[in-house]
Amino acid sequence: MNFGIHPLLLVTFFPFVGVLVILFLNTQQKQAIRWTALVTSLITFGISLWVLAQFQPGTPGIQLELRQPWLRLDGLSIDFYMGVDGLSILMVLLTALLTPIAILSTWSAVEERVKGFMIFFLLLEVGMTGVFLALDLVLFYVFWEFTLIPMYFLIGIWGGERRIYAAVKFFLFTMAGSLLMLLAILVIGFQTGTFAWSDLVAQREVFANLQIWLFLAFGLAFAIKVPMFPLHTWLPDAHVEAPTAGSVILAGVLLKMGAYGFLRFNLPLFPDATVRLAPYMAILAIIGIIYGAAVSLAQKDMKKLVAYSSVSHLGFVVLGIFALTTQSVAGGVLQMVNHGLSTGALFLIVGMLYERRHTREMSAFGGVWKVVPVMGALMLVVTLSSMGLPGLNGFVGEFTILLGTFGSTVLGSPWFAGVATLGVILAAVYLLVMFEKVFLGPVKVEANLLLKDLSLREIVTLVPLLILIFWIGLYPQPFFNLINPSVENLVSLVSSALLAAH
Amino acid sequence: MSLFEIASVHPFFQLVPLVVFLPVLGLLINLLVGKYLGEKGVGAVASLATGGAFAVAVLLAIGLGQVSEGATLTLANWMTVGDFSVNWSFRIDTLSVLMMLVVSGVGMLIHIYSIGYMHSDVRHNEDPGRFRRFFVYLNLFIAFMMVLVSSDNFLMLFVGWEGVGLCSYLLIGFWFEKGADGIGNAKAAKKAFVVNRIGDFGLLIALFLLFHSFGTLNFAEIFEQAPAIAAAAPGAIMAITLFMLLGVTGKSAQLPLYVWLPDAMAGPTPVSALIHAATMVTAGVYLVARSQALYVEVPAAQNIVMWVGALTAFFAATIAVGQNDIKKVLAYSTISQLGFMVTAVGMGATVAGMFHLTTHAFFKALLFLGAGSVILGVEHGHAQANKHAEHGHDSFDPQDMREMGGLRKRMPLTFIVYLLGALTLAGIAPLAGFFSKDEILAAANEKSIAIYALLTAAAFLTAFYMGRQLLMVFFGKPRSVASEKASESPLLVTLPLVVLALLSVFGGALNLPGSHILETWLEHTLEGVTPGHFVLTVALISLAVALLGLLLAWLVYGRKPLFENGQPDPLRKPLNGLFTALENKWWVDELYNTVIVRPYDAVARFSAGVIDQGIIDGLINGMGSMVGSLAKAWRRYQNGYVRSYALTIVVGVVLVITYLVLR
Amino acid sequence: MMPMSYFIGLSILMFAMGILGVLLRRNPLIVFMSLELMFNSANLLFVAFSAYHHVLDGQLFVFFVMTTAAAEVAVGLALIVAIFKAKRTIDLDQMSSLKG
Repeated sequence: MNFGIHPLLLVTFFPFVGVLVILFLNTQQKQAIRWTALVTSLITFGISLWVLAQFQPGTPGIQLELRQPWLRLDGLSIDFYMGVDGLSILMVLLTALLTPIAILSTWSAVEERVKGFMIFFLLLEVGMTGVFLALDLVLFYVFWEFTLIPMYFLIGIWGGERRIYAAVKFFLFTMAGSLLMLLAILVIGFQTGTFAWSDLVAQREVFANLQIWLFLAFGLAFAIKVPMFPLHTWLPDAHVEAPTAGSVILAGVLLKMGAYGFLRFNLPLFPDATVRLAPYMAILAIIGIIYGAAVSLAQKDMKKLVAYSSVSHLGFVVLGIFALTTQSVAGGVLQMVNHGLSTGALFLIVGMLYERRHTREMSAFGGVWKVVPVMGALMLVVTLSSMGLPGLNGFVGEFTILLGTFGSTVLGSPWFAGVATLGVILAAVYLLVMFEKVFLGPVKVEANLLLKDLSLREIVTLVPLLILIFWIGLYPQPFFNLINPSVENLVSLVSSALLAAH
Repeated sequence: MSLFEIASVHPFFQLVPLVVFLPVLGLLINLLVGKYLGEKGVGAVASLATGGAFAVAVLLAIGLGQVSEGATLTLANWMTVGDFSVNWSFRIDTLSVLMMLVVSGVGMLIHIYSIGYMHSDVRHNEDPGRFRRFFVYLNLFIAFMMVLVSSDNFLMLFVGWEGVGLCSYLLIGFWFEKGADGIGNAKAAKKAFVVNRIGDFGLLIALFLLFHSFGTLNFAEIFEQAPAIAAAAPGAIMAITLFMLLGVTGKSAQLPLYVWLPDAMAGPTPVSALIHAATMVTAGVYLVARSQALYVEVPAAQNIVMWVGALTAFFAATIAVGQNDIKKVLAYSTISQLGFMVTAVGMGATVAGMFHLTTHAFFKALLFLGAGSVILGVEHGHAQANKHAEHGHDSFDPQDMREMGGLRKRMPLTFIVYLLGALTLAGIAPLAGFFSKDEILAAANEKSIAIYALLTAAAFLTAFYMGRQLLMVFFGKPRSVASEKASESPLLVTLPLVVLALLSVFGGALNLPGSHILETWLEHTLEGVTPGHFVLTVALISLAVALLGLLLAWLVYGRKPLFENGQPDPLRKPLNGLFTALENKWWVDELYNTVIVRPYDAVARFSAGVIDQGIIDGLINGMGSMVGSLAKAWRRYQNGYVRSYALTIVVGVVLVITYLVLR
Repeated sequence: MMPMSYFIGLSILMFAMGILGVLLRRNPLIVFMSLELMFNSANLLFVAFSAYHHVLDGQLFVFFVMTTAAAEVAVGLALIVAIFKAKRTIDLDQMSSLKG
């Protein structure tokens, strides 16, 4: 099957078709605009499944390569270079899955300027998919920055009360990091004459003498995006102010760009620096795990609680990446997906409560499980998945990460995993506290007695996430089959650097 | 082995996945179509699902009778990452099938009992719609418990381990809008989950250590290599066993993590019987028994396990003496009895431990269900008494033994079976509890005199508090209108009680001195089982101690009317401050609150407020406003006159040129 | 052929006049003319050097400069007209809305 267009091009740029259609629609035709956006994103999801069908799970390298000369500047070659491998395939699928879900969640939540909202949303999807597929540093940088603009407007226009502050903070934090990354990209380009990822991996000896600095410059951009402690403070503000759909995408996909960046660029391009700096990254990740969990507990606003829990969860991902064992890295990749599903679902449900009561303060709720049994049951499943209960997705990721980290030779001590495992206890504490404060106990506020249970549309938004939550939890092997070869390749590449170091 | 291969070993063995899938099927039916089945239908589906699992377990036992070494059935590869690979496999051996029999057998009886009990409980709590939910949870529990006991590796065991914890959470918080301040039950559920998570943390670390020492999590492979690894790295095995012990103390409610179990009594009574007495809490004992091959390699760890068990047995027994809630007494008694089992498996007397686990499942389920019957009767009496009174919220507590008394006349059948259960627990010959406890005591006598003394003291206290409970609940005169008007429970409730009573009376036959059925049964799985022996002196002493406890209880509680005119507990005077300490459970909850819960809360608030918002975000915002004020200072140079800008340009150009010229 | 220094001297003179005009005059039309003067001083040098070195590049650039200047004047005059319409004056000292 071939439509004459490269599948990766199609999956990346198809949302533009929707943007074009929406541009020609009248601002008042809100339903038509919504449907166009939804159908576009659903088709994009279909295309991503087509990409998956063409993907060979057993091969570790880049697949479906697309490489065209793009710009030639004085001996520097910049390519339009895209490709997919085990690290990125799940991210692309996750992006394509979460976008229609997020669009569906705005059906009644976004009533103003629907046209602009949907256009920005589809543009955002282009940027995100591009980030995961781009294999040329310049192209990657373009997509990376491209995601910033729609998100800035989504927060800044459709956000809550302090939306401008949050949007500017989000923008400045990310910019600060990515400018240093641009500098590093240029340094690499001028030293090697190419920006193509696979060439750079082959020629990494050329810039080996600078690699600590390059690692740090890339790492700063990614660490801000993840976000790692102590660069995380933009996240709670952005989440609290962003509209629900924005939060879903922010937590579900945008944060993953940071972790993905580490995997795609830092590890293979700067292996020695990775090995040398891994313990420090792991320590920051562990601080993030414990600290994020503690801070979550003290929150009164549900969205803020979930936002800080992301700091804790992404800490596990980064820990897994820098433990540099097959299990921990594969677990980290899977946990990226898991976090997208669980936290996305959490934000959706919090958004549904907010739509009903126009508050997210936990003290305004209590005992609502009795009033909205379906919502309560789904929230319970999602909460349990987020805290890593076996049989649901979170456990598979966390367990493999910790198992791998425990025996990591790069970190060299089981203490890292030991302390990180404490996060499992703390996660249970803050998530159960939230569930208790909102859903359990007696109904204390009159208004809560009138809450409506989930509508069909709301159930439809949650069901795909729940199916995946159970699927990954009960039978993760198909996902690991996608991830494993690339991860094994990556880990052996880095550990050869480790061997060389000793 | 695959399904086809295992059929050639024994045709019954291929049925083993059903022990998990039948309860799952039951819960799915109830979840999807239970709405249309009615209460009886829902209960029947759930009970049949569990009963089916029991039938399968019986068939497996028959199969094991013929092929005693058992087999392993691999269902699927759960995950493979690098050199880590775990299968979902069922291990059929005598130990796992024994657990399956206990879980599904007692479970089935409790399912049947629950049909009657929950019928009136949901009405008492004014939400009949929740009937179905209860049975969905119960079936989910049975399924997870089966995963736990049937696993052939530590990871699947952990899946079941956390899964039953989840069911425990859901069922403790079943009436989540009830309890102290309306949130008490929910808080109890949360406490159970979190405390268990602390234990699970230990078990997780043990799993990591196991994998990195042995390269696998499979039971058979690990136990095979255990001696070799223990010789090479004794420290690793020591760490594994101790972290595992932390998991055991969580799940099996041992010191120092026992605090969740008494609070767990917030759940409906069948839950207390099934999960918090008969089955789930024994998972820790099962784990140690299963990992015996590891524990025997490190005697020091065995000693620690033994001491933890013995101290818990004694400590919890003391608290039970000071409780007035009928279920709390049983809860502390459960902790204490679990202490006996843990001591046994810690000493290496695995058969004795498993024997006591089995008989305890019978008689403690009986006691809890009996207590449930009492509570139903009293609630019923309370409703009768208040029929004409205004229907409102009152502070009547149907579980307070001070409000009971004289129930033997009102509830004769319940009284008889409860009496049997209590005597079994107290260890009166020739009931089941006597034999199983005696085996543990005999083993302790051989191992260490201090442990023996602790356990005997605990046995004495056990007899005493059970005597106290019997006297307070069933004897004397009714001390409230509710207990005056209490009525016997329906047949659906009492029938399982009778079956359990029979099991409690005759359960000792499982491993009578001389016959040792259980021992020969378990020998196939547990290596190096030493035949337990019957020591006449130990048996006589334990019997004497039990009778002495009962006698003392009668002396204190049986001779004169109790609690008349606000009279305090008769023990309060002689024991004074000590009794207050017992009543308040030695203030352990308060201690944990002060030392752990509140400091963590404070740390959380400090991190969120001072560190996060103050320092980190303050720094960031400070940078922002620094840029802002710099800009403010410099904007004076922007006076808006084109010509002054032009002048600046000219000056700049001149400077640049000067530099270029003079360079 | 005239010495090169003559051209340079004249060019400097024109450029200095242009600068002073821009800096000192308040009428934007005069300022524009002074700007043109500076452009032309540069053009003069271009042409002179072009002839001196016998290459055509300089003359080519002159055309560019002239085009740019024309465009700039067109935009500038349009702006001045627009400003006059809004403010009824074209005194440069009155236009300081960009003051920070």
